[in-house]
Amino acid sequence: MFNIVVLAKQVPDTHNVGADAMNADGTVNRAALPTVFNPEDLKALEMALRVKDQMNDARVTVVTMGPPRAAEIIKDAMSRGADDGFVLSDARFAGADTLATSYAISQAVKQLGKVDLIMGGRQAIDGDTAQVGPQVAEKLELPQITYAEELVAIDQNSITISRRLERGTEIVKAKLPALVTVTSAANDCRFPNAHRLIRQSKMEVRMINADSINADMERLGLKGSPTKVKRIENVVLAHKESVVLQPTDAALNDLSATLIKEHIL
Amino acid sequence: MNFYLDNENLSFYLHHPDMEQVVSVKEKNFAEAGKHPEAPADTNEAIQQYDTIMRLLGDIAGDVIAPNAESVDHEGPQLVDGRIEYARGTRQNLDALVQSGLYGMTLERQYNGLNFPRVAAVMAAEIIARADVGFATIWGLQDCADTIQQFANEELKNKYLPRIYQGATCSMDLTEPDAGSDLQSVRLKATWDEASNCWRLNGVKRFITNGDADLHLVLARSEEGTNDGRGLSYFVFDKADGGMKVRRIENKMGIKGSPTAELQFTNAPCQIVGERRLGLIKYVMSLMNGARLGVGAQSIGLCECACREAEAYAASREQFGHTIDKFVAVQDLLRQMRARTNGARSLMYETARYVDLAVSSKPASRVADILTPLVKFNASEFANRCAYDCIQVHGGSGFMKEYACERLYRDARILSIYEGTSQLQVVAAMKGIASGAYLKQIEAYDAKVSASEGLTDDMCRMQSLLRKATDGYRRLYELVSSEGTTSERFEHSTRALTEVLSNIIMAYLLLLDAIRATDEQRVRFLDSADYFVCESIGDVNKHLAIYEN
Repeated sequence: MFNIVVLAKQVPDTHNVGADAMNADGTVNRAALPTVFNPEDLKALEMALRVKDQMNDARVTVVTMGPPRAAEIIKDAMSRGADDGFVLSDARFAGADTLATSYAISQAVKQLGKVDLIMGGRQAIDGDTAQVGPQVAEKLELPQITYAEELVAIDQNSITISRRLERGTEIVKAKLPALVTVTSAANDCRFPNAHRLIRQSKMEVRMINADSINADMERLGLKGSPTKVKRIENVVLAHKESVVLQPTDAALNDLSATLIKEHIL
Repeated sequence: MNFYLDNENLSFYLHHPDMEQVVSVKEKNFAEAGKHPEAPADTNEAIQQYDTIMRLLGDIAGDVIAPNAESVDHEGPQLVDGRIEYARGTRQNLDALVQSGLYGMTLERQYNGLNFPRVAAVMAAEIIARADVGFATIWGLQDCADTIQQFANEELKNKYLPRIYQGATCSMDLTEPDAGSDLQSVRLKATWDEASNCWRLNGVKRFITNGDADLHLVLARSEEGTNDGRGLSYFVFDKADGGMKVRRIENKMGIKGSPTAELQFTNAPCQIVGERRLGLIKYVMSLMNGARLGVGAQSIGLCECACREAEAYAASREQFGHTIDKFVAVQDLLRQMRARTNGARSLMYETARYVDLAVSSKPASRVADILTPLVKFNASEFANRCAYDCIQVHGGSGFMKEYACERLYRDARILSIYEGTSQLQVVAAMKGIASGAYLKQIEAYDAKVSASEGLTDDMCRMQSLLRKATDGYRRLYELVSSEGTTSERFEHSTRALTEVLSNIIMAYLLLLDAIRATDEQRVRFLDSADYFVCESIGDVNKHLAIYEN
């Protein structure tokens, strides 16, 4: 059996942020935000399913950490083709930064026995840290390939990935087991399957608590998080003013002069 | 974009009170609950399943099929070495739907179907047609599988039905060069081949939608020496068995992504569906009623698309310092488009519910039979009107190829022609007109309105006007049938009668929708009902004036 683990997160849908997205005290008003499957994690799921399609006997397990409601993305992943999944859900996990999160996840992955490949999105759209994947790799002492764009080849012992870099791509081969983080340039995830959707609707998602992952409680949640959030600001990017220019040489000259004067050009 | 979630009318009809009965009939009182991992245990769970699957379909329609519509229209299918290759976008659409396990949604669970009722199937067709009517024809032809499920023997069912789920495409091969509306003249020959223990097909079929499909249902003459409908039988032909070649693809005005082909059958092996001689008179008629409802769904999908294109354009196009949706003349056009779309939709889901109930109820079956031609007739005519008005709202820009409305205009044109022209739908309605079955149905709707609680003054006003329109219809009927219902005078007036009673029925249905709607929805349903109330009063008085003088 070739075991693939996909790390996923349920995040606020930042495409649909309304006026009530922030509380008066500057914290995020989670109740007012619709949630979605973190987009790059969906891309990672697709890459994992493609690995599964190519291997004879592969199994995809999706792991997430969050409130019980995060079960929604486990069901979603399973309706798209994942075989199993669970939510790390416990008040003791709450308030975790990337260090504590990656610790909890790596402990959970250790309980799964033989794991050949771990995949996750590069980063989540709420935190944008891109730290959890690499930290999990470090904690599990696995090679890591970041910025994966395309699965080039896979066999029982190695994976070859095309990475998206600033000015091109790089083909990288790693020994398995390894961890891969996937960027938004990778293939879109397949749609759910109707029959799987219906079966998932009748199924309960497993909730795993802190006692089941053989963890040091001091390293979990807020206690295990050196990061302290001081304040979150609601930054609204908007045009302060706009000028309509007439399509004449004179108007363009004026614009150039203004931009030079204001040291923009 | 999700084409299910952004149209709350769809969920409204999925949650119609009569759905409880529809679900119960379809699920045979939940006999499979607990025995099959997908079977629902009660009505709520079943409707939840329909809702879940429509969301999935709405995603695929909005994110895959609609964005492909334009390129598919340009590219079209190609004929290569006697085989049809779909446009690239068509292939993508099919792959997404097959991979999502959506094919065969009305088939029983033992054949990998979802065991969904007609209401859900029609909704799926509407959603897909809004994205691309041409593709909706290819999708809709999976209804052929229902014919196999209903009439074929176990061996054929087990052989062919699971393949639908895997994405086998279907076609319904009826038309021939000399047999269009008049299917009794079909000549393609079926002969029994004793040595191979199968039937063999020889001849030509023309204008076959999705002609190079994997599975074909072929109407053929099995009884030598006959020349009427009773000599025809129905056959299932598997393309993989060979013996069929595509001679040409038609160059059409619209639905260009859907390949329309001329087929040559040469000793093509096939198997008979059901009994000999019942091909046309039983099986095709059954399939045809389903197909007519399907064209209704295509038409309403197109209407919805046309409404949205027109509304979006009118809200953004500025003239005289205002967006043009501020002008009454444009508002009137948009309102009429919406009213027609809402009226046809309400009628279609009402009919689909009766089709579902017809399985276990003779009276329901009779109502389904009389309402089906009204759906096909009104929806397809409205689709043409909506596409026309959509261009009108766009003004000169609508006449250019840049906007989707020109494609809609071309695509709409076939809807009032195929699967029985509008004229044939009027002929089909004659029986219900002459027997008084439509009137009985209208009276039942009136009683339902009267029995409803919380009628507003506006609703009572509409009901009273509809009663007047119905009285007018009765007088009109007496006038035109004075020389009998087989007279030329009666025949000449059947289109007028069909239009009047359609408007009355749609007005009543929208009124009933308004009664059970939320406050916000109610305004829209009442506005559409009001349109049909005015249409029916105006129409009936016009025709009375003509026939009374």
